Amino acid sequence: MAEEFTNPLRQPLPDGIIPEDVVARTENRWLMIMAAMLLFMMAIIVVTGIMGAMQPSSNVELIDPTTLHLQGEFVESNLGTTAEPDGSVTVRLIATQYEFVPQCVDVPVGRAVKFRITSADVVHGFLLPGTNVNTMVVPGFVAEVRTRFTKEAEYAMPCHEFCGLGHHAMWAHVRVVPQERFGKPALLERRTCATQ
Amino acid sequence: MQRSSRLALFHYWVAFATFLPAVLLGAWQMLMRSPLPAPLDDSASYYASVTLHGTAMAYVVTTFFIMGFGYAVAATSLGRPLRGMTAAWIGFAICLLGTVMAVTAILSGRASVLYTFYPPLLASGWYYGGAALLVGGSMIWVVLMILNMRAWKRDNPGHPVPLPMFAITATAILWAWAAAGVTLELVGIVLPRAFGWSDLIDASLARTLFSVTLHAIVYFWLMPAYIAFYTLVPVAAGGRMYSDTMGRLAFIMLLVFSLPVGMHHLFMDPGHGSGFKFVQSALTFLVVLPTLLTVFSTCASLEIAGRIRGGRGLLGWIRALPWDEPMVLAVALSLVMLGLGGFGGLVNMSYAMNAMIHNTSWVTAHFHLIFGGAVVIMYFAIAYEMWPRITGRPLRSKRLACAQLWLWFWGMLITTVPWHVAGLMGQPRRVAAFDYADPLNARMGGLVVVSVIGGVILLGSAILLIAILIRSHFGLRRQAMPMGYAIAVNPPLRVPPALNGFGLWNAIVAVLMVLAYGYPIGQFFFMKQHSVPAVAVTSELESGGKP
Repeated sequence: MAEEFTNPLRQPLPDGIIPEDVVARTENRWLMIMAAMLLFMMAIIVVTGIMGAMQPSSNVELIDPTTLHLQGEFVESNLGTTAEPDGSVTVRLIATQYEFVPQCVDVPVGRAVKFRITSADVVHGFLLPGTNVNTMVVPGFVAEVRTRFTKEAEYAMPCHEFCGLGHHAMWAHVRVVPQERFGKPALLERRTCATQ
Repeated sequence: MQRSSRLALFHYWVAFATFLPAVLLGAWQMLMRSPLPAPLDDSASYYASVTLHGTAMAYVVTTFFIMGFGYAVAATSLGRPLRGMTAAWIGFAICLLGTVMAVTAILSGRASVLYTFYPPLLASGWYYGGAALLVGGSMIWVVLMILNMRAWKRDNPGHPVPLPMFAITATAILWAWAAAGVTLELVGIVLPRAFGWSDLIDASLARTLFSVTLHAIVYFWLMPAYIAFYTLVPVAAGGRMYSDTMGRLAFIMLLVFSLPVGMHHLFMDPGHGSGFKFVQSALTFLVVLPTLLTVFSTCASLEIAGRIRGGRGLLGWIRALPWDEPMVLAVALSLVMLGLGGFGGLVNMSYAMNAMIHNTSWVTAHFHLIFGGAVVIMYFAIAYEMWPRITGRPLRSKRLACAQLWLWFWGMLITTVPWHVAGLMGQPRRVAAFDYADPLNARMGGLVVVSVIGGVILLGSAILLIAILIRSHFGLRRQAMPMGYAIAVNPPLRVPPALNGFGLWNAIVAVLMVLAYGYPIGQFFFMKQHSVPAVAVTSELESGGKP
């Protein structure tokens, strides 16, 4: 193991084996390439964000988590899927240790869907795999996510933020069903599929 | 043994002694999440383990390793004894006390809130107190780095501060800024509630303060690796550093750009409007600049070495490099992992794309590749470089060290590639167990099993690391060569004051932080009531069974 301390390659090399202006020129060229790369990527983000309406929940709406069950839009009778007069659909959910209420919701394919979700206790989160539906659920705030499902599917909806020792048990389901099975939009009915 | 060498060695050993059990926990956690049977199959233990793994890796291993590295760099790159040795040992003791407090609280099962805390979940006050002491103790190190650089400048007017010292001081200043967020969260919000002095927790403000820390802390971990890229790799390869100025610029950019960007961790938070999320997303792109500069400069330094060793042609210099040197092997493996992990990071920080993978295994894969891979493999190489100089005994042996690095590299790839895929399929993070009877989870089962194999390889590599380091304490003493740092091809004779100190850059960071975080933090003080009751993490166990 003597070579550890007698490596001849650790002898110093002469100064200036590459002239200073050559170093500066290559570095400047690299800087230009980097700037172009970053601008290109940023442009993609801006375009997809605006054109694809890929907007994270940023509504900053306050709500008191201790009175959810007593008043306002998150009382129990108002949870689940509601058809709005304009043909869109609103899904209201509560996240709580360790379940979503309701456990399962139906939404129609091909129509505008708005998820409104809040927490009764700690920080939760949810996502629908393979879609852009993904948000944190922070107590004290209502998270709102808008989307439109293009195909029928059944999504598992896990809580994706650590919320306590039962976190792994917190899953719900979202079923995207055909329009005709969903019911008439004018009916303004609440729907859940939790018991099916 | 020099007094500063002993100081560095103690810090290193706390880091590596914590590292091995933390890797073991990680491997067990992967088994827990897989369809395979796991010993001690219990979800409460899983969350305690994740908390311990995260706390150990993110706070203890890194902070102790970087402090030790800083002391070694200050003493060897300035070529004079470290000033403030007593204060340094006091800092070491405070950090160790904090570590013991936090670990004890986690082992008691009353602190399973993960290392990112997640208020309004509430853990034992001992856990937060321990974390606060660890961060507080490291501030003594910060001050000592700044004072040592300042004292050297005073004694050597007009001379450029050696790049390693300049860079480690940038690291210290970056850590001071970064730690401000978590310190304010702990002292202002969480600890008062843990002690019962307040009733409610402002969860969203706490999350925002933590985001100040959460990105910059990653760059704090990264800096020693970059310091090695610029100043140790060229020496080990037998060449010269390509550019000293570019190194200084890169470290300054890392300091400035890694701070006002933490809100890209909060893209999915409903407590912030889209404006500042987008601003910080754009700022995050700038932090790519110093990394790309560093990769370029490091490759150029290696090319110089390869050509001096007789490498010819466009790529012939690569083969001519001394691949039996752990430092040279480590930098190549590190850059591969940095490239793969960096690509994933570009997705995470993109305001729109983040929705696909937020809080899925993709993110876990990303930071394990960058930190657990690209950064930690350089920590290994730094240890292999410094051990002979600290102990006065040669490394036993370089071949074994290279084997250890290869194992770590493959282990990390086999672990994280399946995680990336499972993340895209929608596998959530931080979940103790999956119901693989559910077809939605069943299709991920195979991927998870593959990642377990990676975990076992990583554990083997970690054991090998410790074995090599312990063996290297025994053997014949030799006259160790002093630590050698690379000198630039064109050594700087004089550098402008802005590239030789941090006054200007601190002012710029302050302005950027006010612009980037002033409103996102300030809004909570003008919002109507939004604080919420705390929830103790040990309560409500009855509903927490297996799925």
